[in-house]
Amino acid sequence: MKHTIAVQVENKSGVLSRVANLFSARGFNIDSLVVGETEDAAVSRMTIVLRGDDKVIEQVTKQLNKLIDVIKVTDLSSESFITRDLALIRVNAASSARARLLEIVQIFRARIVDISSKSVIIEITGNESKIEAMIDMLRSFGIQELVRTGEVAIARRGGNGGRLLAGR
Amino acid sequence: MKKRTGAEILLEALKKQGVEVVFGIPGGVMLHIFDEIYKSDLKFVLTRHEQGAAHAADGYARATGKVGVCLVTSGPGATNTITGIATAQMDSVPMVVITGQVVTQIIGTDAFQEADITGITRSISKHNYLVKDVEELPRVIAEAFHIAGSGRPGPVVVDLPKDVTTAQSDCCHPEKVKLRSYRPTYHGHPRQIKRAAEAIAAAKRPVIYAGGGVVISPRGATELGKMVRKADLPVAMTLMGLGCYDGTERRSLGMLGMHGTYCANMAVSACDLLIAVGARFDDRVTGDLNKFASHAKFIHIDIDPAAISKNVKIDIPIVGDAGNTLGELNKLLKGRKLAKWWQQIDNWRRKHPLGYKKQRGVIKPQQVVEEIDRLTKGQAIIATEVGQNQMWAAQFYLYQKPRQLLTSGGLGTMGYGFPAAIGAQFARPRATVINIAGDGSMQMNIQEMATAVEHKLPIKVAILNNNYLGMVRQWQEMFYGKRYSATSLAVAPDWVKLAEAYGGVGLRAKKPEDVPRVISEALRIKDRPVLMDFIVAPEEGVYPMVPPGGGLNEMILGGKK
Repeated sequence: MKHTIAVQVENKSGVLSRVANLFSARGFNIDSLVVGETEDAAVSRMTIVLRGDDKVIEQVTKQLNKLIDVIKVTDLSSESFITRDLALIRVNAASSARARLLEIVQIFRARIVDISSKSVIIEITGNESKIEAMIDMLRSFGIQELVRTGEVAIARRGGNGGRLLAGR
Repeated sequence: MKKRTGAEILLEALKKQGVEVVFGIPGGVMLHIFDEIYKSDLKFVLTRHEQGAAHAADGYARATGKVGVCLVTSGPGATNTITGIATAQMDSVPMVVITGQVVTQIIGTDAFQEADITGITRSISKHNYLVKDVEELPRVIAEAFHIAGSGRPGPVVVDLPKDVTTAQSDCCHPEKVKLRSYRPTYHGHPRQIKRAAEAIAAAKRPVIYAGGGVVISPRGATELGKMVRKADLPVAMTLMGLGCYDGTERRSLGMLGMHGTYCANMAVSACDLLIAVGARFDDRVTGDLNKFASHAKFIHIDIDPAAISKNVKIDIPIVGDAGNTLGELNKLLKGRKLAKWWQQIDNWRRKHPLGYKKQRGVIKPQQVVEEIDRLTKGQAIIATEVGQNQMWAAQFYLYQKPRQLLTSGGLGTMGYGFPAAIGAQFARPRATVINIAGDGSMQMNIQEMATAVEHKLPIKVAILNNNYLGMVRQWQEMFYGKRYSATSLAVAPDWVKLAEAYGGVGLRAKKPEDVPRVISEALRIKDRPVLMDFIVAPEEGVYPMVPPGGGLNEMILGGKK
């Protein structure tokens, strides 16, 4: 099962590598890992998407909590939460195809952020399935290059949204 | 405060932490620190290899429970401590390893003797620091000692660039360490403790499975002893747990696991309640997990939440310090007798006690360990190397107190025992410290003989000399058709001459009747290390043995009296 875990960490050098190292050392696989600052400059937040049964998730969260620089680990998947992923896609766009492309962009509420004679760059924000759907639609045009941020996530409820995992 | 250099601040900080002795080797980037050591009254022990320094700090820590300290230079000095750090991490040993580093401006340029030691030690240490500013130094040292010694202990690495040791600061030392993200749980949850007490009261065939966590916890052994006597419980110990309950007592079943006793392994296999305390269900203990205590309910008390339900699903998990938790549990337990269960256990004990076949004219390694136990009245501090020597030291020496056995259980580091014995002897100058070794392991840190001679340490080394890497040879004999691939150590030093070359004493025993005499003679020497070369039966095996992939009740017996 897919889990989205929010990890609050001290904003110090080396923390990302500690977390990444833990996943490789313990043989856990991650789909994506995103890290950025939070409302508190001393705290960074990682959003980690990974797959595994309950036993794996339990171990992951316990091991994360064991890292000295980890402040809090929350499994967002246990409650209602919002996720967003952003993709930038450069697609072939011969003039004959542009009207159709524009239509798709509108349907997905995406944006065209750059244009050249033979291609356009599309920006799309949304959850994973929306972005996957858009990418599927764009394949027939010929995708030249695609970059994604990976998911960031936030619980719907404030405060203690999500299940605090072996928290401190 | 007045301005001091980083090196001065480091020494102040070590003093503040109550550090009595530091093990290590100097080097280029450490010159300022060593200049301060020269001027100070800090006891610094120069080992002959950095691995020796790390194991000595570890041995000091295991013998006392205090944080061991090791100080080495950058690059190779630092990388030489890796095995020592990993050894301490696996066995939860509190240690602070201070490594030198090249000056901050050239970090990352592949400078002379540069190694990314914080990167390298990330997965084998509890935590690590690279100090980039002298202002941080007092806080970092305070945190390092706090993290190393609290919760589930472990090694902490502090990487100290040369310019930080020369930079000046008027910073003060913190009185308290505050880490919002690190607050170990010392007290078990009352509701869980109540559930555990009920389960123990209801059990018909309970067994305690006690590990190193009981040794580490200050009140661990005392509270375990109370519980065992009150509730009449049998105690099986892990290698790391030996000594947490008196091995000469009736309720001790000895060690469990791959080379555990028949009665401990049978009792665990048949129990209806397994009470794991400060243990981690290591594969060397459990054998095939599907067959491990398969009729039992599990209680697991451990200070590390990550150890709980890692390998085995636990019915009653309790996160907390072993001593505190057992203390609370003892308040709820009622006195009872388990006569029927004990009858069965005693039957197992009588049926297959630990033993070995005596052979005329040939020293059996087990006899050497038994004699050491007898002649030291079970009171010595025993360090071991790894392999057969370690298992015989675990089986045939009956440890009566915690911190009597120093052995690399998790990582299984050959070469650990001798430098660990050095650390232990510094910690306990009047104690008899004996390293039970193999002829393979002893060659891995033999250079520390010079350290022991320099400091007139009366450490005894008992080499169970079989001219083999014995444990690997045993596996080759049992599972690889006696094809002894790369396990012969027929070309070996003359141990007596080698000991003498270092300025120690060398003794040799070739016949069973020589064994007590040689040990007694060694025990009389108080001003030098003694190497005892016991020429033992070359192809003796360690039994019982749970074969790889087998369940604990599927032991290969062998070697009866």
